[in-house]
Parts: sequence; C-alpha cells; structure tokens
Amino acid sequence: MNKLLDLVALIGALALGTVEFIGELGLFALSGLSHIFRPPYYPRLIGKAFMEIGYFSLPVVALTALFTGMVLALQSYTGFSRFGAESAIASVVVLSVTRELGPVLAGLMVSGRAGAAIAAELGTMRVTDQIDALSTLSTEPMKYLVAPRLLAATIALPLLVLLADILGVLGGYLVATQKLGFASGAYLLATFTNLKTEDVVSGLIKAGVFGFVIALMGCFNGYRSKGGAQGVGTATTAAVVSASILILALDYILTQVLFVKVK
Amino acid sequence: MSQPKIRIRGLKKAFGPKVVLDGVDLDVEQGTAMVVIGGSGTGKSVLIKSVLGLVTPDAGVIEIDGEDVLKAPRARARELRAQIGMLFQNGALFDSLPVWENVTFGLLAQRRIRRSAARGKAIEVLAQVGLDATVADLSPSELSGGMQKRVGLARAIASEPAIIFFDEPTTGLDPIMGAVIDGLIVDCVKRLGSTSIAITHDMASAQRIGDNAAMLYQGQVTWTGPANELMTCPNPVVDQFTHGRAQGPITMALRK
Repeated sequence: MNKLLDLVALIGALALGTVEFIGELGLFALSGLSHIFRPPYYPRLIGKAFMEIGYFSLPVVALTALFTGMVLALQSYTGFSRFGAESAIASVVVLSVTRELGPVLAGLMVSGRAGAAIAAELGTMRVTDQIDALSTLSTEPMKYLVAPRLLAATIALPLLVLLADILGVLGGYLVATQKLGFASGAYLLATFTNLKTEDVVSGLIKAGVFGFVIALMGCFNGYRSKGGAQGVGTATTAAVVSASILILALDYILTQVLFVKVK
Repeated sequence: MSQPKIRIRGLKKAFGPKVVLDGVDLDVEQGTAMVVIGGSGTGKSVLIKSVLGLVTPDAGVIEIDGEDVLKAPRARARELRAQIGMLFQNGALFDSLPVWENVTFGLLAQRRIRRSAARGKAIEVLAQVGLDATVADLSPSELSGGMQKRVGLARAIASEPAIIFFDEPTTGLDPIMGAVIDGLIVDCVKRLGSTSIAITHDMASAQRIGDNAAMLYQGQVTWTGPANELMTCPNPVVDQFTHGRAQGPITMALRK
C-alpha cells in the first residue's frame, strides 16, 4: 500500500514539476517578448546577436542544405527509377527543401551552434554574478540579455532558411544534371514549375518560430543556471536538447496548420 | 535621533526548509560604514541581496531614507535602489565589454553621460582606484585578481552612489593587495560621503573599513558595536569567530 502511495506521490510530483516548468517558461517567454517592444532599445546588442546567431551560422547551414539537396536527389532517383518516375525528382527536391528540410535542418544546426552558445554565455553570467550586477546598474537583464537575442534569432532564422532553400535546390540540381544525366533546362523548368510561393513562405514562418524557440530555450536555461561550471554545462545541454525536440514537435504542428491553409 | 540611512526590521528569508534570515534587525546611520561578519552560510550575502532587490524576503521591512522598498511601487523601489553601488565578491565584471565600458555601464544605462564621453570618464574614475589609462581598453580577463577588484570598485563608485555595498572585498587577494583595496574603499567612501555595508570574514579588513560592526549568527544579528572593539568583544559568539577558535558556541557540521 505504501509503495502504491509512493508511486502516486511520485507521479503527482512529476506532474506538478512539469506544470511549474511550463508556467515558468511561459512567463519567461512573455516577459522577453514584452521587453522587445518596450524602450529602452539596444540596437547594438540586437546587431551583435544577429551576427552571432545568423551570420556566423551561415557556413554550417549552407553546407548542411547543399549536401541534403544532393543526397535527396540521389535517393529520390534510386527510388523513383524503379517506377519510371525520375522526372519527379525536381519536384520532390524543391518541395522537401522549402517545406521541411530547409527550416528543420537549419533550426537544428543553429540550435546546436547558437542555442548552445547563448545558454553557455548567460549561464556563465549567472554563476559569476554578472546578471545580478546588471540589475544593480539600473539595467533590466531580461531587456538587455534576452530580448535582443529573441528578436535577432526570430529575424535571422528565416534569412538563413532562405539561403538553405536556394542551396538545397542547387545541390539537387548539381547531382541531377552532373551525375544523373538530367538536362539542365528541363530540370530547372520542373523546379520552377513546382516552386510555390506558399511553400517558401510556410517554410519561412516555421523558421521564424524555430528561431524564437532556439533563443528562448538558450536564454531560459542559461538564465536559470546554477552551481558553477557543471551547472552551465547542464544548462547548455538542456538548451540544445529542448530546442531540438521543440523544433521537431512544432514542425509537425505548424505543418498541420500551414498545410491546411496553403492547400 | 536622526533617521538611519538604512533600517532593516524583522527580515526573514528561507530557501525551502533552510531558514537563512530569521528576523534580522539592523540600522546603518547616514555616512557610516557598517561591517557585517558571520560564518559561511549565515545569510550575509542574502541580507545585502535583499536590500538590492536580487532576493525577495519572506517578511520584514527594509527602509532606505525612511521608505520601505519592499512596499514601494516598483518604479519607486527602483529609484531608491538606484542609489546603491555594489562591489561583488568576484568582481562580476562583464566579460564581453572592455574595462572602460564596465566602469561607466551604470552611467550609460541611466543616461547620465554620453557614450562619446564615457571613456574619458572611465579613465578619470580608474585613476581614483589607482589604475592608469592603459587598462581602459583591456578585457576584464586580461587583468589580475587585484586589478579586477579595483575595476569592480571603480564601477561601484562611478555613479557616486549614496550607498555602497562590498561583498567580501578582500577575498582571494594577498594581504598586501587586501590592505590596498581596503584603503581605496575607505578613501572612496569618505570622499563620496556614502553610507556603506561590507560583508567580510577578514577581521583585519573589517576593522580597517568599518565604523561599526554587526555579527550575524543563526539568522539574526547577535551583536552590534564599534568595529574597533571586534577583537576585544566579550560576546562569546563574536569572540570565538573573531579569534577563529574551534571551541565555543558556534558549531560547524563537519563532513566525514
């Protein structure tokens, strides 16, 4: 009987912990969002965050997108050639890249690179009292540290995804024309015929949401970090893992919502 | 009797089951330097963090110039706390900013100085803590521990605050550098006419920088008196602590 009660207590504690965590995260996100729109503004910090999250993620996002497009063309050819449907490769590449692979892979890459960096930086600031020091110097830490990163990531991700879309399609084009023997003109015609504005836009909307989530999880975990170097390490891991899972989960939800809209 | 600059009454704070502050009463008179001593984990840092608004107390009153900051509207509480400068234990300098920007950060945040004039102002304040202009453009990580403390002190005094807090100002420094920092603290506080609270374990430092002292024990102020009487105080708790005796009323849980 006691064991049963212990189990119930454990489940209850887990449920309460989860609700508390979601509540804290929600309040943190709302506070960060509200500080984006309220003065004072820190354009220099927004610019710096934009460079760190967007510009310095360019190489990794570009390479990921290029190789993904190339692999996609190869794999599609292998599968479609069995049914004599090779001509659908251009359509598959452009749809997959713009709707799914561009935003999701760019999000995961930026989460691993920039999300981890945000959590590590804010975590270090927390455990070395730098965040407390900000408060004592008439500066609201949420406004100074969190809001610029949320805004920068929400703007940077769609731009990165736009580049990823172009490079992903280019990767597919290179493999199709250089290795699989497709005619360049025919492949490009098929690509542009299947390239829909709605697909690109839905991908960019996803990217904006993913950018916000990456910065949010990096800031949230770093901001609450405690316990020295180990705490910062834990916060960094939690930031990347939680952002990655949220990206995949939100991708499904957004696909459901956006696909119905753009059908 | 004049109104104290800082008046604390019945301050309580617990973290889960652990009661850290259990009804702290403390008065700090205008223009005086109070030193708070006490063992590790007795709540000295929590006490000043409560005044700064970095920790929310469970109960009690914290008055600055007779106004309760805990009951004041948020904007007014911020105004009251804006007159406090703080030197953190490890300096807490911003890694991402050069020394001059660290020093003038508060002034820039309060828009009391233009960015173009900030570097010059920083050099002026750095000179007051014995640092020359060459350090202004360095990163905090390029400085020694003693220099970081001086930059932290420069940042704390740059806005000429009416109240200054010092959290373990000599921790991690050699005795000579500790004495130098103490001297700078005394000079700065006297020159600005500020009211100060310092928390420390260092008895030599406590006597150098304090006019008065308070001993925190079991979540309460167990003794207050002139800082120069710390070493001769008959209170058994103070006597054991200041002389570092293992035997006495203060018991420490030792890990085996």
